[in-house]
Amino acid sequence: MNTLVHRRADWTGIIMAVVLTLVIVLPLIVVGTWAFANVWRYPSVIPQEFGLRFWYQTLARADVWTSIGTSLTLSLTVTALSAAICLPAAYAFARMEFPGRNILFFSFLAGHAFPKFGLLVAIAGIFLQLNLIGTFWGVVLIQLVGTLLFMIWIPVAAFQSVDRRMEEAARDVGAGPFRVFWSITLPQAGPTIAAAVLLSFVGTFYETEGAWLIGAPQVRTLPVLMISFINNQPVIQYGAVLSVLLWVPSFIALMFARRVVNSGSFARGFGG
Amino acid sequence: MSVLKIKEISKIFAGPVRAVDNFSLDVADGELVCLLGPSGSGKSTLLRMVGGFETPTSGVMTIDGEDITHVPPEKRPTGMVFQSHALWTHMNVFKNLAFGLKLRKVAPDEIKRRVDGVLDLVGLNGYGTRHVAQLSGGQQQRVALARSLVLEPKILLLDEPFASLDQHLRERLREEVRDIQQRLKITTLFVTHGQDEALSMADRIVVMRDGKTEQIDRPDIVYREPQTPFVAGFIGTMNLIEGTVSNGIFSKAGYSTPLPVSDGPAILAVRPEALDLSVVTENSQGKVHRVTDYGSHGLVDLELLDSTRIKAMVSHPDLFRAGQGVTLAPRAIAAYRGNAVIHRA
Ligand SMILES: Nc1ncnc2c1ncn2[C@@H]1O[C@H](COP(=O)(O)OP(=O)(O)OP(=O)(O)O)[C@@H](O)[C@H]1O
Ligand SMILES: [Mg+2]
Repeated sequence: MNTLVHRRADWTGIIMAVVLTLVIVLPLIVVGTWAFANVWRYPSVIPQEFGLRFWYQTLARADVWTSIGTSLTLSLTVTALSAAICLPAAYAFARMEFPGRNILFFSFLAGHAFPKFGLLVAIAGIFLQLNLIGTFWGVVLIQLVGTLLFMIWIPVAAFQSVDRRMEEAARDVGAGPFRVFWSITLPQAGPTIAAAVLLSFVGTFYETEGAWLIGAPQVRTLPVLMISFINNQPVIQYGAVLSVLLWVPSFIALMFARRVVNSGSFARGFGG
Repeated sequence: MSVLKIKEISKIFAGPVRAVDNFSLDVADGELVCLLGPSGSGKSTLLRMVGGFETPTSGVMTIDGEDITHVPPEKRPTGMVFQSHALWTHMNVFKNLAFGLKLRKVAPDEIKRRVDGVLDLVGLNGYGTRHVAQLSGGQQQRVALARSLVLEPKILLLDEPFASLDQHLRERLREEVRDIQQRLKITTLFVTHGQDEALSMADRIVVMRDGKTEQIDRPDIVYREPQTPFVAGFIGTMNLIEGTVSNGIFSKAGYSTPLPVSDGPAILAVRPEALDLSVVTENSQGKVHRVTDYGSHGLVDLELLDSTRIKAMVSHPDLFRAGQGVTLAPRAIAAYRGNAVIHRA
C-alpha cells in the first residue's frame, strides 16, 4: 500500500520532469542543433551533416559584429545609467520620508502595469519630435524605462532590509551619510542589488520592442538583427547561430544568480 | 576629562508622544550614570539624542561646555553601543574596529596597535580575523564595546547592551564593563530596565517615568530612600499599602500603625526585609498565604483582612505555615501622600 503511494508520487514527478523537459529543454536542443547543422533536411531526425559552416558565415558578416558591439555598449550604458539613477532613488524610497513618496514609487512601477507596446508607440511619437528616433541615445532612453521596475523595486526591498542600527553605528564612528551608504548600506544590500543589476543587463540585452521601434534601422541590436534574419532569410541556421550567441549572457546570469540565491541574500532582498 | 550636561531637553514625536519631557541631567567626569525606567519611559530616546540620532524638540546639550545639540552624530565625541550589537557583518572583527580609525586617517601601523590594544582590553586577543557571525553573543557585544572604545570617545553611551544575553553572561559582562569604565575613567550613560544592573554598576541612577525624572541619586539612596511611590515600587521589592491616617494612626483593613502625619490618605511603604512577623492565634492582622524557602532565607506571602497582598522576608521560614494568623511589625517605614514623602522612620 505504502509503496504504491510512493510509486504514484514518483510517476507524478517523472511526468512533471518530462513535461518540463519538453517545454523548456527541447526547443533549446533543437535550436542548438540547428546552429551546428550544416545540412538538415526532412525527414531525418538528426542533421545529415554537422559543422560550423553557418558559424563562419554568420561571424563573417560585418553587421553581426556591429550589432554585438551595439548590444553590449547599449546594455552596459543602460545598466550603468539605470544604476546611477535608480540606486540613490531606491535608497530614498527605502529610507526617507518626503511628500509624494508613494505616488512617485507607484509611477515607477506603473509603466509595467499597462500593455507596453502602446506606451512605446506613444513614446516613439515624442522621440520623433525630439529627433531621437534612430539614435543610440534614443534607444538608451527607451530601454532605461524598461529597467526601472527591477532597479527600483528590488533595491528598495534590499535597502529596507539593512539594519538601521548598522548605519547608525557607522555614523557614530565618524562616517558621513554618503560614506555610510558606500561602506555599509551598499555592501549589506550588495548581493541582492547585484542580482537586480544583472537582471537589468540581461533584460536590456534581450529587449527588442523598444530597440526595434526607436532604433531601427540605424541602431540594430543583436536580437533585432536576429528577427530580421529570421524574417528575411529562409536559412534557419543564421537565426539559430545568433540565438545561441544570445544565450551567453543568460548563462553568465544564471551562474551568478545561483551564487546569489544560494547565499540566501536573494530572499532577503525581497524582505524575507 | 569630560562632562555631559543635558538641559531641559524634550522630544515630542508625531502623535504627539512626549517621549522625553523637560529632562535635565549633569554627568560628571568619569561618572557612570544609569537611566532606569519601565518600557517606554524615554530612556532610549534620551540616549539617542545624546548620540545625535534624534533631534531634540527643545533644550540644550553640551559636552565640556561645547554645545552639541545640533551636531551630527559623526562629529560628536560620543560612542554608542547598541542592544543588537550592530556590528557590520560584511567585515571581520579587525575591520569593524579599524573603520572609525581609517576615517580619521590614522596610520596603518597605529591602527593595528590600537585595535590590538582594545581587543586585549575586552579579552578578545587574536580574534581580529574572525567574522562577526563566528562570534558568540557575548563576544559580539564585547567587539561592539571595543568598536566604540577604540576611538576614545569623551562620552560612552550604552543602550541595554546585555539585554539579549543570558543571566550568567550578563552579570559577567556587567562587571567587565564596569572595570573597563573605571580603568579608562570614561564618562558613561547606561540605559537599562534591569534594576540589578543599575544598582550594581551605577555611580548614580536616574529613575525615569513617562519621559520625566522621578529621582536622581546614588544607588543605595535610591534603594533606601525612594522619593516617590513609583520609585519605591520600581526598585527592589516594596510593599505599598494604601490606607488613611486619622489622629496619627495609619490604618488599612484591620492593620494599623502609628504614623505622625496630618489626617488624610497615605501610602505606607515597607520593604519585605524590614517587616517582622509573629504568629498569633487571635487578633491577627493578616493571614499567611504561602511560604517559600530560598535556603538562605524565606519569603512569606500574606494577606491583610481585605486580601491586600504583602511580602515579608524571614530568616526561619519553617516557623510559618499557610493559614496561620500573624501580626506585622515594620522596622523601617516610609509614607507618601501623592508623589511626596511625608514621613520616614
Ligand atoms: N521614532 C519614534 N516615533 C514615534 N514614537 C517613538 C519613536 N521612538 C520612540 N517613540 C515613543 O517614545 C516613547 C519612549 O520610547 P523609548 O524607546 O525611548 O523608551 P524606552 O524607555 O527606551 O523603552 P524600552 O525599555 O522598551 O526600550 C515610547 O512611547 C515610544 O513609543
Ligand atoms: Mg529602549
